[in-house]
Amino acid sequence: MNQAANSSPADLDALRLEVAALVVEALNLDMAPESIPADDSLFGEGLGLDSIDILEVALVVSKRYGFQLRADNEDNVRIFRSLRSLTEYVAANRTK
Amino acid sequence: MTPPCPAALPLLSHERSDAVVAWRPDGPVTAGRFLADVRRLASDLPAGGHVLNVCADRYRFAVGVAASLVRGKISLLPSTHTPETVRQLLAFAPDAFCLTDSAACDIELPQHRYREAGEAEASPEGLAVPAIDPDQIVAYVFTSGSTGTPVPHRKTWGPLVRNIAAEADRLGVVGTPFTLVGTVPPQHMYGFESTVLLALLSGGAIWSGRPFYPADIAEALDAVPRPRVLVSTPFHLRTLLAADVSVPPADLVVSATAPLSGNLAVAVEARLQCPLVEIYGCTETGQTATRRTAETAEWQLMRGLQLSVEDGKTWARGGHVETPTALGDIIEPTSGDRFLLHGRSADLVNIAGKRSSLGYLNHQLNAIPGVVDGSFFVPDDEADGVTRLTAVVVAPELDRATLLQALRERIDPLFLPRPLLFADELPRNATGKLPRTALDALRRKLGNAE
Repeated sequence: MNQAANSSPADLDALRLEVAALVVEALNLDMAPESIPADDSLFGEGLGLDSIDILEVALVVSKRYGFQLRADNEDNVRIFRSLRSLTEYVAANRTK
Repeated sequence: MTPPCPAALPLLSHERSDAVVAWRPDGPVTAGRFLADVRRLASDLPAGGHVLNVCADRYRFAVGVAASLVRGKISLLPSTHTPETVRQLLAFAPDAFCLTDSAACDIELPQHRYREAGEAEASPEGLAVPAIDPDQIVAYVFTSGSTGTPVPHRKTWGPLVRNIAAEADRLGVVGTPFTLVGTVPPQHMYGFESTVLLALLSGGAIWSGRPFYPADIAEALDAVPRPRVLVSTPFHLRTLLAADVSVPPADLVVSATAPLSGNLAVAVEARLQCPLVEIYGCTETGQTATRRTAETAEWQLMRGLQLSVEDGKTWARGGHVETPTALGDIIEPTSGDRFLLHGRSADLVNIAGKRSSLGYLNHQLNAIPGVVDGSFFVPDDEADGVTRLTAVVVAPELDRATLLQALRERIDPLFLPRPLLFADELPRNATGKLPRTALDALRRKLGNAE
């Protein structure tokens, strides 16, 4: 079930860059994907995402990785806490 | 207690105590149960006269509004909950308290936690519907003024009831046991009117949740019986159609907060197998007009309203508009009660239904220590999407993170610049103005340099 557990650290690093690139593109951020720190908050002092941004990111993530995000089965704040937590969630739930 | 007033208008239009007022994940809530919850909360509320109701559960929010009305308390509906806004609310209404259903609420006001009724308390006692004086103040809805202080707009019970009656009539929901599924928060004027008051005053029901992702919206629609109404925005509707989820049919879709394109309206009608009605309104006048966007670009005024052009501005009056009010949009009357909209007047900004003005945002930006000069501007609109603002700043001493954090303290996150560009100076002309063409050129230059 949990593909994250089977992913090697190198796989996760590569996926993290891929997810970062999706975030940058979806939100039209003027920054390089590799410059988003893995553990900084995506809200607040970090990128400062809001709910509109999260819906934009969720749309591209669900299209790219083939799963729907749900507000009731997972805590948005936890998933979107950092680039690392979002990447781990994608790794664990992707179907493609 | 308020003395009975002969012209008082009922809080609830449901005629039987077993009529459904709301649907929650565990089933229906009857009018009798709702009124019992209202009485219980009304007797629990603290003494303060102003309530910031931030309940996330839409049913609890509705109970909070009704209980506040019964106790003669005024609901405060600011456009955002930033620390700066909460401080300004407190200056406006020093006796304000916060009604919340979250243990993690960090709003800096005295907090009153919403309490669910225990089993023993859940004893509906028939249908004693409170009646409210039409002159009673229900809420202050705030818009951001151009000087940094939010401007309160008073909403009284009588005009709100008239507005909602006109809406129910226009939407064709009168006399049907419809359920409203809203993707917009009830704390926003559109959500307040079209997901809460519309149900209470037109015999409908509220879905208690606030579905967020496309899959949540599909599930919420499935969870309530037909006829069901999806109350949403162009942004949520666009994401819903773009996602690979199967959406159950609805009986009506309502959209507001930003103009919807004819193409998206046609696609939504096909996908949800029902008509879509778009509402145009603003904080000052309430709902102003509607249109069936898939069929026409023309708006039809709400019942009782009239428009007139004076001093180059379009004014609305009549119906639920208590005093003649200038509209912030460019309007072209066509025939009778119809008109076309041609975008907003220059200074107004509307991002995903939150409104501000460039004057206000520029004021906040330039008030940050270290900012030498700075200006927000609105890039060209993206159809049915959310257009984010761009800002160019001259702030040699500040880095991006510090500047964004300082802005976050002052303005709603939706207005944070995307992108935020740093420049050595702004291309101001001889009169100190920033010509749009010069800003666009600077933006292209800075964008390419990154």
